[in-house]
Amino acid sequence: MKNGFSVFIAAFIALGASWCGFVLAPVLQLGTAKQTTILVSGDTYPVQRTGDATLGLQVYRANGCTACHTEQIQQDGVVFDVVLTAAGKNPVVVSNLISTLKLTGLTKEAADSANDKITTVGGKVETHLIPTGRDIPRWGIRRSVATDFLYDSPVQLGSQRIGPDLADVGARLGNADWQLLHLYAPQSVVKNSGMPPFHFLFETKKIGDAPSPDALNLPKEFAPPAGYEVVPTTEAKQLSAYLLSLRADVPLYEAPFTPAQVSTNVPAK
Amino acid sequence: MNVNEISQQKIDTSCRVPLLALFGGAALWLVVGLTLSIIASLTFHAPQMFADCPLLTYGHAQPAANDAILYGFCIPAALGVMLWIFARLSQTELVLPLVPVVAANIWHLGVFIGLIAILIGDSTGFMWLEFPRGSSVLLFAAFLLIAVSAVATFGQRKERELYPSHWFLLAALLWFPWIYSTANLLIESGHPVRGVTQAVIGWWFADNLIFVWLALVGLGVAFYFLPKLGERPLQSSHFALFVFWTLMIFGTWCGIPQGAPVPAWLPALSSVASGLTIVPLIVIAIIFVKTVCGANTNCKGGPFCYIKFGTVAFLLSTLMLISSGCPHFSKIVEFTWFGPAQTQLQILGFFAIVICGAIYELLPRVMGFELPFPKFVRVQHWLFMLGIILLVVSLAIGGIEQGLKNYSLESSLPFLRVSTTGLLFLLLGSLLFAANIFVMTFKWKLALIKSVVAYIKSPLETAEVKS
Repeated sequence: MKNGFSVFIAAFIALGASWCGFVLAPVLQLGTAKQTTILVSGDTYPVQRTGDATLGLQVYRANGCTACHTEQIQQDGVVFDVVLTAAGKNPVVVSNLISTLKLTGLTKEAADSANDKITTVGGKVETHLIPTGRDIPRWGIRRSVATDFLYDSPVQLGSQRIGPDLADVGARLGNADWQLLHLYAPQSVVKNSGMPPFHFLFETKKIGDAPSPDALNLPKEFAPPAGYEVVPTTEAKQLSAYLLSLRADVPLYEAPFTPAQVSTNVPAK
Repeated sequence: MNVNEISQQKIDTSCRVPLLALFGGAALWLVVGLTLSIIASLTFHAPQMFADCPLLTYGHAQPAANDAILYGFCIPAALGVMLWIFARLSQTELVLPLVPVVAANIWHLGVFIGLIAILIGDSTGFMWLEFPRGSSVLLFAAFLLIAVSAVATFGQRKERELYPSHWFLLAALLWFPWIYSTANLLIESGHPVRGVTQAVIGWWFADNLIFVWLALVGLGVAFYFLPKLGERPLQSSHFALFVFWTLMIFGTWCGIPQGAPVPAWLPALSSVASGLTIVPLIVIAIIFVKTVCGANTNCKGGPFCYIKFGTVAFLLSTLMLISSGCPHFSKIVEFTWFGPAQTQLQILGFFAIVICGAIYELLPRVMGFELPFPKFVRVQHWLFMLGIILLVVSLAIGGIEQGLKNYSLESSLPFLRVSTTGLLFLLLGSLLFAANIFVMTFKWKLALIKSVVAYIKSPLETAEVKS
């Protein structure tokens, strides 16, 4: 390093390389990403969030929710379960065979061989693909992938899990009333929750001629004084709409799984 | 006093006003940042505390604290130290001394606007890039102005041969504008890039700022002061050159977390790069040991101690960074307190301490008089050391515990309480630092006013005599 110019060139080469790798290449690879189709159903994914939910993302950003919550489910791998759907003509043989086989948590090869064995004696089976990992099924069904965030700006992946992951919270806890109660007084619905209450997203006001239809139905120890009610502000409603819109629960090409079957014995509601 | 000393004094004096402008604001932001950090960590002691006060909830106070310490303290204080080192190494007075004075004020105004914006909910939502557009533009402009003065001073150097610190500091001058403009233009502009690309660029920026930029500047400063204070030449500049290249080449590719929802080649590449970072790390350790062990300086909590502690903290924080790039270990510690522990060790344990040590060494020379509270230097060293050990060790162990117990908050709460104690020690230390800087500035201004008053009075008196 004889002069300033050579230092400049050295730094330029080093940083330029990583700029091409981690800025330019992802922009080229992901910048033109389009909607994809859901496996099995063939619907388009993801769809744009509703207006309220889009505004709710801004409430999420403004309050720094990402300091405590991630929106990315991790997955270690997948296992295969072999599920018998019909016993066929020799139910006794099939059930004897099944009792000797391991049918859950298999590798692809083991699942295929079990599949073959049962099919040869006349049983009908399905192979289910099940993602594994410590976030599954606690916080989601499958790992988060780039497509899940196609319409988000800012993308709030987060880096710390002081609270739970929220990538699939809309599917896990899909009730708007529950979300609002939880925002106002987390301890009223989750015992020992360490989340701070967000009272400033709500209004405590005197009950007028009739109670507001939006008023929260709080348990006694969290309720406002008699004659008062707690009403969510627009921001709280938008935030709750955003939380409900967070769903990563459809199988995709890059994150496949076998969706839970709706049992046909239950009458449709 | 010989000619040499007089010229040395002239060089130091030429830096006086810009350095005071940079250090004064920096000391204030350090106190503000650590106070906000403590406020944020109170959430873990009493979650209900700020239920009705949106400004100080964890999600507002924590990013504000991080940015106040990094953008408010670390960068401007480091720029001040850099200007002085450039002037000293060039053996020439600071070129364009007024430019950094203006720049320092623009920078601190930008930080002020940015912090207010974060607190009132106007943050951009990207870690380390929370400042809104207006404030980022101010920071960018201020940095360029200071870089102009630094490069102009560098151009005037009498000794044409470069010293290792030159490489590191010059590279840092190019690094920051590049990464800061890229990240802001692609993430915060009116047409941001789409989807997870935003996150990838955010991670690239954060790694290049917190790991590479801080390392370049911190090591550049350490490689200047360690030989100077230890009265023993740097062992050796060939090793330093090797560190310079490998640190830049490998360091700049770290930062994409394992398991991120992005194309798999990105985290894989990052994992390899962070593994290779062990190469410059070993060489830095060799340089450090060879340079420091032969030194016969007894530091007694003085600047030499600061810089020694800081360099060791850098070695440890980089080891933590490398370990969290290992696929197996990262599965345990990803998303836990281990990450913040590493960042705090890098920012406070390494960078802040090296810079504080450098400031304590150079400020008396620049001002031409001794520190008002010289004993505080030693006390602050112990407070910082204790604070950083409490903060980082408790967060790191708490993080591993949290990871092993499936992210349960209860398992990490006792560790978080210890970390708050660590922050309190750091805050006390930063108050001592601020006291030294502010009293020094006040004394200098008082002397300035006195001399101005004397100057105004003196011609009047002579006029009276004449008449």
